[in-house]
This record gives sequence, C-alpha cells and structure tokens, in this order.
Amino acid sequence: MYSVNYHRANSVADAVKLLKTGDAKLVSGGMTLIPAMKTRLAAPSDLVDISRITALKGIKVSGKAVTIGAATTHYEVSTDAKLQKACPALAELASMIGDPAVRHRGTIGGSIANNDPAADYPAAMVALGATIVTNKREIAADKFFKGLFETVLKDGEIVTAVTFNAPAKAAYQKFRNPASRYAIVGVFVAKGKDDVRVAVTGAGDNGVFRAKTIEAALAKSFDPAALAGVKISADSLMSDIHASADYRAHLISVMAKRAVAAANG
Amino acid sequence: MGMEGIGARVTRKEDKRFITGAGRYVDDMVVPGMKHAVFVRSPHAHAQIKKIDVKQAQAMPGVVAVLTGKELKADGIGNLICGWMIHSKDGSPMKMGAWSPLAFDRVRYVGDAVAIVIADTKGEARDAAEAVEVTYKELKAVVDAVKALEKGAPQLHPEAEGNLIFDWEIGDAKATDAAIKAAHHVTRMKIVNNRLVPNAMEPRAALGYYDKGEDHYTCWTTSQNPHVARLVMSAFYNVAPENKLRVIAPDVGGGFGSKIFIYPEEVVCLWASKKAGVPVKWVADRTESFLTDAHGRDHHSTVEMAFDKNNRITGLKVDTVANLGAYMSLFSSSVPTYLYATLLSGQYNIPAIHANVRTVYTNTAPVDAYRGAGRPEATYLLERTIETAARELGVSPAELRRTNFITQFPHQTPVIMCYDAGDYATSLDAAMKAADYAGFAKRRDKAKKAGKLRGIGMSCYIEACGIAPSAAVGSLGAGVGLWESAEVRVNAVGTIEVLTGSHSHGQGHETTFAQLVAGRFGVPIDSISIVHGDTDKVQMGMGTYGSRSGAVGMSAIVKALDKVEAKAKKIAAHLLEADEGDIVIENGALKVAGTDKNVPWFQMALAAYTAHNLPSGMEAGLKETAFYDPTNFTFPAGCYICELEVDPETGLTEIIQFVAADDFGNIINPMIVEGQVHGGIAQGVGQAMLEGAYYDASGQLLTASYMDYTMPRAGDLPSFKVSTSNTPCPSNPLGIKGCGEAGAIGSPPAVINALTDALGVADFTMPATPSRVWAAVQKH
Repeated sequence: MYSVNYHRANSVADAVKLLKTGDAKLVSGGMTLIPAMKTRLAAPSDLVDISRITALKGIKVSGKAVTIGAATTHYEVSTDAKLQKACPALAELASMIGDPAVRHRGTIGGSIANNDPAADYPAAMVALGATIVTNKREIAADKFFKGLFETVLKDGEIVTAVTFNAPAKAAYQKFRNPASRYAIVGVFVAKGKDDVRVAVTGAGDNGVFRAKTIEAALAKSFDPAALAGVKISADSLMSDIHASADYRAHLISVMAKRAVAAANG
Repeated sequence: MGMEGIGARVTRKEDKRFITGAGRYVDDMVVPGMKHAVFVRSPHAHAQIKKIDVKQAQAMPGVVAVLTGKELKADGIGNLICGWMIHSKDGSPMKMGAWSPLAFDRVRYVGDAVAIVIADTKGEARDAAEAVEVTYKELKAVVDAVKALEKGAPQLHPEAEGNLIFDWEIGDAKATDAAIKAAHHVTRMKIVNNRLVPNAMEPRAALGYYDKGEDHYTCWTTSQNPHVARLVMSAFYNVAPENKLRVIAPDVGGGFGSKIFIYPEEVVCLWASKKAGVPVKWVADRTESFLTDAHGRDHHSTVEMAFDKNNRITGLKVDTVANLGAYMSLFSSSVPTYLYATLLSGQYNIPAIHANVRTVYTNTAPVDAYRGAGRPEATYLLERTIETAARELGVSPAELRRTNFITQFPHQTPVIMCYDAGDYATSLDAAMKAADYAGFAKRRDKAKKAGKLRGIGMSCYIEACGIAPSAAVGSLGAGVGLWESAEVRVNAVGTIEVLTGSHSHGQGHETTFAQLVAGRFGVPIDSISIVHGDTDKVQMGMGTYGSRSGAVGMSAIVKALDKVEAKAKKIAAHLLEADEGDIVIENGALKVAGTDKNVPWFQMALAAYTAHNLPSGMEAGLKETAFYDPTNFTFPAGCYICELEVDPETGLTEIIQFVAADDFGNIINPMIVEGQVHGGIAQGVGQAMLEGAYYDASGQLLTASYMDYTMPRAGDLPSFKVSTSNTPCPSNPLGIKGCGEAGAIGSPPAVINALTDALGVADFTMPATPSRVWAAVQKH
C-alpha cells in the first residue's frame, strides 16, 4: 500500500467536501478497495470513510416499501427481522456474501457502487427493480449499472440508500467460483404484482444483465418447468479458467430454475 | 508402552505456542540495525535484460542499497545448482543451465529476481523497487513441456539443446515390448499430472546477518534442512565457509517439500548483508510465493499395461515428459526419475517394466519435490491404469488388483526397489469393509433416482520412504548422503536434551521424539526437550522430507539412546555393586532385576557428572552421538476408497465418503499419524478436485492468488474414515515406515477413479472442477 490520507466523514455533505481533496476515493467497508490498495493496484491519495455516517445506516420497512441505507452491512441486511419477513430473498443473498468478516465490514452501498461483475447485490437490485438513491438524484437500477466496475455515478455523487417494493416472491441462487467463492453465475428471480424480473450476475462480459427470455417464459408460468425449452445464448458471456461461456449459459438456466423453485417454496 | 511412551496419543507439546500465537518464525526475528528487502522481479516469462538502471531507486527515501546480479557475480557468488546428477540413456550428463541468484543477462520466468532493494522499511523498499528501471527485450516463451520439445520452440538455456535436460530410462525395454506384443489385452492411457503450488501457510523468508567483527554470517530461513542449506551455500554458492555460516530454521509454518531447496533469496540476503553492511530481512508476500516457490508435479505420460489371459500383468511401459520449469531446482532431477519410476511396480507383481523420462525446461517456475515427490505421479499413473484395465476386462477393480498383488517378501521389482514387508490384501479388505463397498450398487441406484451420478473408486498405493540408504542414492547420482544424526544429552539432574538433524515444520517431532525417550527411560515427557533447526546447536544432519524423520531420524536417536543406556547401566551397576547385565530400567529408576535395589535415574545422572564414584577408567558425563544410515527404503502402503456424487446439471461433485486403510509399520503417536493422513488426503483431494496452476501462452501465471487458485477448504472434505493395519518395517530398529506423504500419494487416483466410474468415461484430467465435470457429462 502507498501512503494515503484517511478522513472520516461525519455527514454526506462533509464527505462531498472531503472528496475534493487530491485524488480522493470513498471507502465504506473497503472490501474491494483496501485489497486493491494493498497490492498497489489502486492508489488514491485520500480516503473518505463514510461507513460511520448515521444517516446512511439502517433498514426501514413500511408496508411493501423497503429502504436500506448505503452503509448498512451485509450482516445487518442478512439478520434484519423486518427484511427477513418482507424480502427474505435479499436477506439470504446477503448471508451468502463472502465470509463472516466480509459480511461485518462490507456494505450494500459499497457493493453496488463498486459493481463487481461477480457481486451479488447488483442482481438483486436489478431484479427487484430497485431505485438507487444518491445525494443528487434517484436512479433506476436498470440504468445504474453500466459495465464492469462501472456505474452512472458522477464525481462527488454518493449512494445514500436503495429502495424497492418487496416482491410477492423472490429467490437468489448462486453457483460459486470454487476458488474465490464469488458467483460464476448468480440468478435473482423476483415476481412482482404484474411482472417477473430476472437478473444475472457473474456471467455477463459487461456485468449484471436481465435475462429477458427467462422473464418472458416465467411471466407465462412462474414454474421451473416453464424454463425447460429456454436456451441462453453464450454470446457476451465471460469465459475464463473457471468456466466457459457455454457452461455459464447452461448454469443460468439451471440457477434460474432452482431460484424459481425456491421462490415458490 | 506407558501413558507417554510409544503408541500413546500424547497431545502435541508444541501446540501450546502455536495456538497461542507464541511461535517464533523468521519474520518474528529482529536484529539490531535490520533493514528490509524487496526483490525486483521480471514481469516477463522470457526476455533479455538490456539495462538495469538503479540510480533513481538509490535516491529514494530510506534506501540503503540497490544491488544487481552483476555485482553478485563480481563478488564470486556461485550459480544455484541441482544436487542430483542424472545421466541420459546415451551416457551424457544432464544439461544444467546456469541459474544466477540474480538474473543479469536474461530472465526465464515471471518472478525471476533481477535486483534486491534494501531500505529502512518494507514500504520504502517496495517504492524503490518500482523505481528500478529494467529494460527488457522480450523473447518468445514456452510453458508446456511437450511443446518445449518441439522443433522451433523458444530455447531457454544454451546448455540444453531443444530444452531437453535429460532423456533417461529404467527397466528392460526389450522384455517389456515383448510382453506387450504377446499380451492378451493391453490397456493404453494418456495421463496428465497437474501442476500444483505448494502453498505452505508461512511464506518463505530469509534474514541475513553479517557480523563484521567476527567475519561471520547468520541466516534465519524457512528451511526443512538447515544443515543442507549451510552445506550448499558454503560449498557451491561461495557465501562463506561452513565454520563462518550459521543457518537457523526456527518455527517453520509448513513446507510440503517446497522448503527443502535453497532459493536465490537467502543467498542474496546473506551476500547483501555484507555488501550493504546491514542485516537484511526478506519475507515473501503471497503472490511471490505463487510465482517463485518451487511448484510440484506437471507430468505428461503415456502408459501401456499388458495382461495375459488370466488377468495377470505381464508388462508395463511408460513414457513421461516432466516439466522442470525455468531452472533446475536442488533435487528436481530426482523427482521424475528415482522417486517416480522406481515405484511403477506399485503393489503388483510385474515381470517387465520400462519407463522413459524426458525432463524439459520451460518458462515457468522451477518444479521440484512436493508432498510425495514422484510417488504421487507414479501412483496416479498406475492406479488410474489398473482401474481402467479392470473396466475394459470386465472384472472388479478389487479382484484385478488382488490377482496381481505381491504376496511374498522380500520382493525385488524390475525397477530397483526391493520391498521388505507388506500385506496388501489386508488393507484392501479393511478399506472395502469400512466403505461398505458391497452396498455401493444400492447407494448408486438410490442416488440415480435423485438425479445424481454416484461413483466409487479405489487406489492401492505403495511409496518408498525413510529416504534413504546413502551408498544406494550416491550410486544413483545424489550429491549427499541421506543418513540422520542424533545427540542425546542427559543433564546432571536427569533431564534430557535430544539434538536431532531432523527438522519439524508441522510434524510434531517435539512430541513424538520425546515419547520415544520417555518410554525408553520411564522419565516424564516434560523432562525431555527436542533441539533442532540450528547449525550452531545441532551436529550435521540431513533434515526432514520423504517421510524420513521417523524411520531415519528416530532410528538415529535409538542408536544414541542405546549408547546412553549402556553407560547408564554401567554407572548404576557400579553404584549398586551389581552386575551390569542385571540392571533393568523401569519407571525412571535403574534396578537390579528381581530385587528392590535401585538407583533413581536422576541420581545416576548426577553420579555421571559429579564423577566422585564412577567405574574405573570411565569418562565423566552422559552424552552420546549417533549417525544412522538406513539399509533400505521403507515401504508404507495401503488402500484408499472414495465415493462421490456428481450433480450432472452443474458438474458439482461432492465426496460422500473417503476411506484410508494404511500400513505404516509401528506407530509412535496415533493421533499425529491420523493428522498426517488427514492433511495428506486434503492435499490429494485438492489436487484431484480443486488445485491447478495455469500459465497462459505468454508465460503469465493465471493462478497467482487465492482468487483463482483453489485451496481445499473444510467444506470440500468429508469426515475421513482412517485405520491402520501394520506390518513392522524389518529394516529399522523401531519398525517404522513413515506416514507423512501417504495421504497425498494414495488419494488422487481414488477420487478420479470414482469420478470416471460415476461419469462412465475412461479419461479425465485433474482437477475435477465443476466446469470440467460438466463438460465431461455433456460429451458423454
């Protein structure tokens, strides 16, 4: 790690101000940034820590409406009783991220702002049709995730919360990379009032995406059997030493079927 | 046998400091004035070094020195060597290319060291290392051993034309060819043994300290054999004469073979310490470990196994290409030859064997011994082939093995080894019973109903341990003898220190060696200390590898204990006015047999040191030394059975049960033996299902971190069912065979035999990752 100046922000406004220092970067849980800094792949001059800003923490459930503060840890998401009732799929997804140490440090805002193509939360946000709230605007999840480690966030823009309406049914199924335990393929299936949304992480060569053919089949019948004939194209899927594009394409249907089965309980 | 003697499950004495964080590793060592080193390493797999500019780096904050290979060479530091001479079948010696501890004209793999940067802090050294400007002219690289042998392949060393280091053979080619020609059935296979990264928990480290006043060097290093390190650094690398060089290997956090060898870093740290006038410490980070620790395995083989009409094996022909990486590491040449091809007879009576082995340079990390070293490669090849043969012949794998088992001992194989004792059928029966082999068909059918593919596979391994008779290995090209030494010091109040040339880096010697002494003299285990790992404290010794510490190291202790006992009895007889032949040692006292006359152990020891009343002419003191040279290898053997289940939808494979029935000879501490077997199986299952080191075509290591290299985790493994049924080894005094490597040797073929059974395929290349298993399901 190169030497770096550390600042602890007390408020979002404070963080915005501090972000103007040198080549500053926001840090929340630091689960991606700190390892990258340790291996010298990232070298910000300053770190602005937003993980202790009270306004960014906590989970609110009011009827169907769910709001999760950006600095809420995966552990908090996975164990929140209100969320477990309103949207158990998301709580379960959070319980499957990394290991206990990661879950106690890593935050939902950090994960979606980082947009690792194998991260779990982006799939949930897209499938839940969530809204990403920043200090400047509200952005639909469909528009928020742009590419590998890329979002539409602008300089000085900070994710403050995510909101969504709890779906009628939902589930997440993840097939793990045997080494990193990140998703090779993760599929989040959500059945809303009038639609079915299915988002895939870990597989796309441009990050999270919606599996429209699966959505169409499930809209007709929300049943694993509905996916029997659905073929996923391997085009624009990643291929690496752990999984070929063909294998990922196949796993998308398998994980989607299993997710639907899980959602139907 | 008592509560603390041989055979007792004594909890490990050393664990108190390990589990309370009180162990002392190289990185814990601090010397006044010590500075920190970072190595500048090649980012290219193959390149000429045009220029190294260190000026900017030297001017960076905190920097003490930046040193390069040219300066090292000018100071007369020698090239690194391989210490085992192999001759090709045409009689020519192996073609060893030059390996400078710091490359100065050419780099040959990613991670090759080109300069050392020494600074006040590691961070400053790292900053300055980035400022060292090395101008490279990139050359084409080759990473695959078979491709490296092809015409037109990039050439690594001028000494080794065509990248061929040696083309060696063993056995009788004519007789083997004739057996294959006359065979009723021949099973033919292509076998790949995947490349592995050892991944000891503690990374390699070195602290070099030159004492100007004494003109003396001290090297703390992560070594499995500090005396060998001193010998090689002194005799071949010109670091310092032996009497001016102390090597200390303190607590070492795992080796698995990778810490046998002398690497560039410890040599450079010692030299740099004198050159820069400061003690120099280097500790590898995990990426450096992946890039530069000697890797293991990486064989490509073809095999033909011939059978007569009674399903008896009549011949075995093997052709192997072994990748040795960019340079020949210290024992690299012995691994694919005498540690490999000499075990190709397995547990079977095979009248004719021939093996041809070509070793090859490639632009990859050096390859050398890794847990099992050659024997896993032999076992995998043989046990995959016989299992496949059973399927082709339509007989049960167990019966085909049983038909061919060696049952008479001693048994001379056609490939040097003479097996002294064993009972292979007993291990096979025990394993099949423990695995409920007979009930497998039912379990398979049940799994099928649930949509799963279940398979069962076995492996009957043999290995040669207790390495090794010195004259024998000398005649085969080894540059060293492989005896072991011990000194037993009985102190004036009867406490005992055992100085051993073995080195414990996880094996639990401080416990097992003490058990041996406690059992022998009836003294408490806490009154016995095991001293090892320091060339200034301990007499010359050969270290720990090849499952040799029990069979060879403890045998040396037994020899020294014999001498101590003889003298102790003389003293006791004198004090008790009895005949020496009537003295027995029981419960910490020397007694006149059949009487109540006795002298407590401590009183006898005190008498030895006060020397007021010793037999006439006896020297004072009680301290004896012994060197033990084994007369044969030892031959642990056993049967492993793996049952697994494949989810054909995803390729995910789960091990349902893993059974190990081993014959280790006599056992000192069953708990430690079980631990060794568990760890060995974990590494073997790792090789079979999870681990693989991959380079891309340009020579970049794709698996250089735990994000891409899969280490076995607890969740990947079932609870093992282990047992032993032991035939004592006749060639050493304790009847010990050794158990350190068996798990890693015996388990990979059991796993892959089970997998190919589940999938109904003949071939499968390790590791059985979900994606490869799924691909195999698709093809089938």
